[in-house]
Amino acid sequence: MSADPRIPPAALSGEVSLPEQLADVEPVRSVRTPIRLEYDFIPGSASSGYLNAFADRKILGQRSPVDGAVFVPPRGVDPRHGAATPDYVELPDTGHVGGFCVTRLPIPGRDDLEIPYVSAWIHLDGADIGFLGLVAGIDTSEVRMGMRVRAVWKPDDELGRTAENILYWAPTGEPDIPVTAAGTNAWHAKQAAAGEQG
Amino acid sequence: MAERLRADLVLEYPFTRTTGPVIGAFLTGLREGIILGIRRPDGTVLCPPTEYDPESSEPLTDLVEVGPGGELVSWTWVDPPRAQSPWDQPHGLGLIRLDGADTPMVHGLLVESPEGLSVGMRVTARWRPEREGHIADLEGFVPEDAKQ
Repeated sequence: MSADPRIPPAALSGEVSLPEQLADVEPVRSVRTPIRLEYDFIPGSASSGYLNAFADRKILGQRSPVDGAVFVPPRGVDPRHGAATPDYVELPDTGHVGGFCVTRLPIPGRDDLEIPYVSAWIHLDGADIGFLGLVAGIDTSEVRMGMRVRAVWKPDDELGRTAENILYWAPTGEPDIPVTAAGTNAWHAKQAAAGEQG
Repeated sequence: MAERLRADLVLEYPFTRTTGPVIGAFLTGLREGIILGIRRPDGTVLCPPTEYDPESSEPLTDLVEVGPGGELVSWTWVDPPRAQSPWDQPHGLGLIRLDGADTPMVHGLLVESPEGLSVGMRVTARWRPEREGHIADLEGFVPEDAKQ
């Protein structure tokens, strides 16, 4: 059969033959298929160090022994080289928005998020990759790539060993960093420069 | 050294899927209390129906009624059922080749103990009184000689 991917196959066009009993009943057109996985999460040493430090309002990354790249959250290895990354680096709670998404529809199971909200890749000062956070304290239409932000923490008496200690990231009011130096652009520029040197 | 960390995490998606005419017909049949298979060009019947022939990949469109009785091809025993099982009592899970079909489908076996199950035994469908077009409209299968 010559398959033109733009033309739906017969099986999707509704041309099926049915037993008589079903000839005049309303056909089923959709079905609920929820999935749910419950599991115990027990962090390894790199993640444990990261989570424990949150209780002291500290954000830890790890430094690659290969080229000094700083990863946050730390995973214990540099995934590019498979090299162990035993050295922690304390990072500031300031950085910039490397990329973001405005969500205008409610997410089932996340009634705590008031729509619209902004989720963003936060690139901390001194880190080479971004991690996910919420951006608030600013109109969603004002959020932009390169915008400088600072963490807004829970009150001290509510701090736990969890990344949830950071409520959201708020704009600092400092000048934006250029888009060409923001988010993954910075990473690509650095890797290209390293490649030229090498 | 700090106390070991541990968290109960849940990954959950509330999917609703469109069915297309073949799976839609199968589910419509369940709602109406009949089980459908689909006929291949060589005359054999697949149940549950598939949209495409598993060997030639040609679309399949000829839906036919099968069952409600059939033969138990293989089974296992589940005790206790998991939290999200459709069944809240210990039960079997079986491969059931329905009369008129050439392939077996998996479903629950509603018996009180595994002693009630054997390969080759005859079983028949038990329906839920309220049906909505879902695989769970079929409550499961019971031994044919136990049919009320």
